[in-house]
Amino acid sequence: MAAVKTPKPDELIAIRYAPPETPWMETPTVFRPGTWSYSGGAKSLTALGLPNPRAWQPPDEDWKLPANWQSIILEGLRERLEKYRSFRLFMDICVRCGACADKCHFYIGSGDPKNMPVLRAELLRSVYRRYFTESGKRFGKLAGARDLTIDVLKEWFYYFYQCTECRRCSVFCPYGIDQAEITTMGRELLSLVGCNINWVMEPVANCFRTGNHLGIQPGGVKDMLEFMADDIEDKTGVHVEVPLNKKGAEILFVTPSGDYFADPGTYTCMGYMMLFHEIGLNYTFSTYASDGGNFGLFTSHEMIKRLNAKIYAEAKRLGVKWILGGECGHMWRVLHQYMDTMNGPADFLQEPVSPITGTRFENARATRIVHIAEFTSDLIRSGKLKLDPSRNDHLRVTYHDSCNPARAMGLFEEPRYIIRHACNHFHEMAEDTIREKTLCCGGGAGLGNDENMEMRMRGGMPRAMAVKQVKEKHGVNRLACMCAIDRATLTSLMDYWVPGVTVMGVHELLANALIMKGEKERTTDLRGEPLEGKAADEAL
Amino acid sequence: MKLYNRGMIIAGIVVFLIVATFPFWYGRGKAVSPPDLKLDTPAIQQLKEKLCVETAPYMRANHMKLLAAWRDGAVREGNRSYRTADGRVFQVSLTGTCLECHSNKKQFCDRCHDYAGAKPACWSCHIIPEEVR
Amino acid sequence: MNLIAALIAVLILTLSALGIAFSATLSFLLTAILPYAAFTVFIGGFIYRIVKWAKAPVPFRITTTCGQQTSLPWIKNNPLESPSNVWSVMGRMALELFLFRSLFRNTDVAIVGQRPVYGSAKWLWFFGLLFHWSLLIIVLRHLRFFIEPITPWIKSLSTIDGFFEIGVPTLYLSDVAIVAGLTFLFLRRMTVPRLRYISLVTDYFALLLLLGIVTTGLLMRHFFPADLLHVKNLALGWVTFAPAAPKGVGTVFYIHLSFVFTLLVWFPSSKLMHMGGIFLSPTRNLANDNRMKRHLNPWNAPVKVHTYEEYEEEFRDKMKLAGLPVEKE
Repeated sequence: MAAVKTPKPDELIAIRYAPPETPWMETPTVFRPGTWSYSGGAKSLTALGLPNPRAWQPPDEDWKLPANWQSIILEGLRERLEKYRSFRLFMDICVRCGACADKCHFYIGSGDPKNMPVLRAELLRSVYRRYFTESGKRFGKLAGARDLTIDVLKEWFYYFYQCTECRRCSVFCPYGIDQAEITTMGRELLSLVGCNINWVMEPVANCFRTGNHLGIQPGGVKDMLEFMADDIEDKTGVHVEVPLNKKGAEILFVTPSGDYFADPGTYTCMGYMMLFHEIGLNYTFSTYASDGGNFGLFTSHEMIKRLNAKIYAEAKRLGVKWILGGECGHMWRVLHQYMDTMNGPADFLQEPVSPITGTRFENARATRIVHIAEFTSDLIRSGKLKLDPSRNDHLRVTYHDSCNPARAMGLFEEPRYIIRHACNHFHEMAEDTIREKTLCCGGGAGLGNDENMEMRMRGGMPRAMAVKQVKEKHGVNRLACMCAIDRATLTSLMDYWVPGVTVMGVHELLANALIMKGEKERTTDLRGEPLEGKAADEAL
Repeated sequence: MKLYNRGMIIAGIVVFLIVATFPFWYGRGKAVSPPDLKLDTPAIQQLKEKLCVETAPYMRANHMKLLAAWRDGAVREGNRSYRTADGRVFQVSLTGTCLECHSNKKQFCDRCHDYAGAKPACWSCHIIPEEVR
Repeated sequence: MNLIAALIAVLILTLSALGIAFSATLSFLLTAILPYAAFTVFIGGFIYRIVKWAKAPVPFRITTTCGQQTSLPWIKNNPLESPSNVWSVMGRMALELFLFRSLFRNTDVAIVGQRPVYGSAKWLWFFGLLFHWSLLIIVLRHLRFFIEPITPWIKSLSTIDGFFEIGVPTLYLSDVAIVAGLTFLFLRRMTVPRLRYISLVTDYFALLLLLGIVTTGLLMRHFFPADLLHVKNLALGWVTFAPAAPKGVGTVFYIHLSFVFTLLVWFPSSKLMHMGGIFLSPTRNLANDNRMKRHLNPWNAPVKVHTYEEYEEEFRDKMKLAGLPVEKE
């Protein structure tokens, strides 16, 4: 398939919010290039034992579904209605007030009414009514019900893979209806008949086998971490250890594999390593639990559990006291809201206590995993870190709350506390675009692939424009975030909408400012960019 | 039947039932006889034809409107005379006309107003007859 | 199109009510049999729906957090937006139930100068709240027909509601408010293109039915007065299980009753069940104490996982080559 050219920003921003002439049930779905993702490969499906592996692509006329696909879907729907109160309730109580409509970044960026959360939910709700409610069975269209046809299934695929499960709509819904929950169910149902996307399924298959989404094998993990340790030594003159699969370590550290694979995530990972070295933390990385991230979240609840199991298992095998988690969004949705329920209890671990400050992390006493922002802000508060924020004076920083830590954890102040101590120029974006109202990067939930670029740029537009505003107002040139997906997707987003702004993790910012014992005078930041006032030394 | 969060759910249903059936248990199902309006004042008994200003059904439903019209006409325009559809003429006066016949406010006005929960504004200006006598 | 279908439905209801008013047998049905039928369907249906939801477990604690979590003691948490204990949850739910907290956040968006601009849009919240509260007050005021003697709090409620003593009989503020609320909701649904686009027949029908009930109620109070003595006799007859055919209540009253009974019967199978459903919403009624207390999933079924042993089995040689410790040499 030829690469599709994404329209220019000027063309993309010309968004019409007027709905089409035809009612939504009669408006066909068009798989326009640039707005959908490639199908999940047969190899990955086979490796995971998922149904109906085959070669197909969404624009195909024939999706090669099993003959009884309708009964598979309807049976799956029935099962989920019985297993999830959230699902049945969200199918039943929506009043279509439309409060969620213009809260979705994909609607704001595309103007397609089926990207309004309410209508995205109606795509599934209409089928639910038709087969599971008396009024729908009896009155059909009058009651908002419709048959499950192949066109409906294709529509589901198109629009459930245009939702990043960011939960912004659920903040605004008067009943807390969460489209992420409905999208998850929709994707689970699609998966039952073998309709997945490759950018989710291949990482999931990799993660199942190698422990991380990128499919990096044990030696590879070690090489990458050691390469980063060398890089740290170049920049700081300090040699940091890379503890890996170390039995008897006090803490198991898990982080998304994006952090040790590609820029700018690697700088964040170097940040963790420098911090842990500086405070003398007895910790270990793991090659088996080499990804805290969990694309299972974008597939099915069952897959979340399958991929997540390794974390507690590895903690148990290595005999650590508790687990520390790095900067990631969806990973923390899983660790905070699913892990203990699915794979707990963590009775083989201890209630987390910071070995450096003695602070007991009461809020993690059952699950026994601490977010690195909680850990680090406690270190700063206790005066355990020496920081020189002026080393970040070349940066004008703004902070993007990642969807999941924001709306599934309520992690707002910890990262800001770190940022305020690590740099001198921090500017918040507009009130309606941060904290619980934060806007998505446009590429979460498995949509951050290249073939979906137009939709990503559309979905990310509201976030990008908020960045653009602080860039124009305060000269912001760096977008900090706490999510590995963000670090990848926001980079493309900034290049497209707000050139000149680059993306970083919070711990990269911290590591720039961190004064380490025995370090040489730093002339550059971790990226090798000259520090302000040191530029003259650096030339030649 | 397995209910999850059973305690809260059942408590909620019980509260709903209690609230929704309030009228049933509040009155304990006892029959209440409608108010007995006394039309046996001496003045009425002397009437040849027992007819109010307008017909009884009209008066039952609309007396408040008639009285309001009387009040506005009398107070604002000094209109002191009311001519009915069938040509009879009455003096516009609550105490002079209405209460002349219905001199038993407690047994006539109040019983029905209390029953229907209606609170007339008459007595915020007019003197309640019994209180004078 | 959907609007027209809903209009036709309400029209049919009105005409049938008129038919009922002019037939002795049918009006007996409406005033003596249907009240019990409608009330039973309402109560039974309501409980049925709640039970149906309750039969599904809440497998995961999926709170939507709208404020700072409870973490380190020196970071100020937001108990009402990110509750971490049962009292905070009750506070959060109370805000949702009584003040429509989430709807209060409402914004609207427009592309101005090639950039999305978010504006405050509290009208939906305001009129939504106005409608719901006035509906509650009106329902409570109607209790005066169902109990004898009337309790003082119902009388005071009516007095406060009619505080300004405009007209005879007094105009109730809640009546004005509910007309304003419903009219706003209806016009909004009709005129905002994206709302018209998502609206189903039932969405219009709900509003039209409620508007019908309010209109007929107001007509009876201010223009075609019904004999309250008989109305109350009838209502008391219902609650004492001795319904008597009313006299002198007028046609409007029959339409009013038909609408109300339709609403009661339709309620449990409609979106109006959000009244009960909001209490069960897992994104709002669960505490954000996920890492403090383990949440149990009753059907937490075993899944096929990839164990460390399988992992090491596949990569043992490579691990040894890289100098990584292994369990089995």
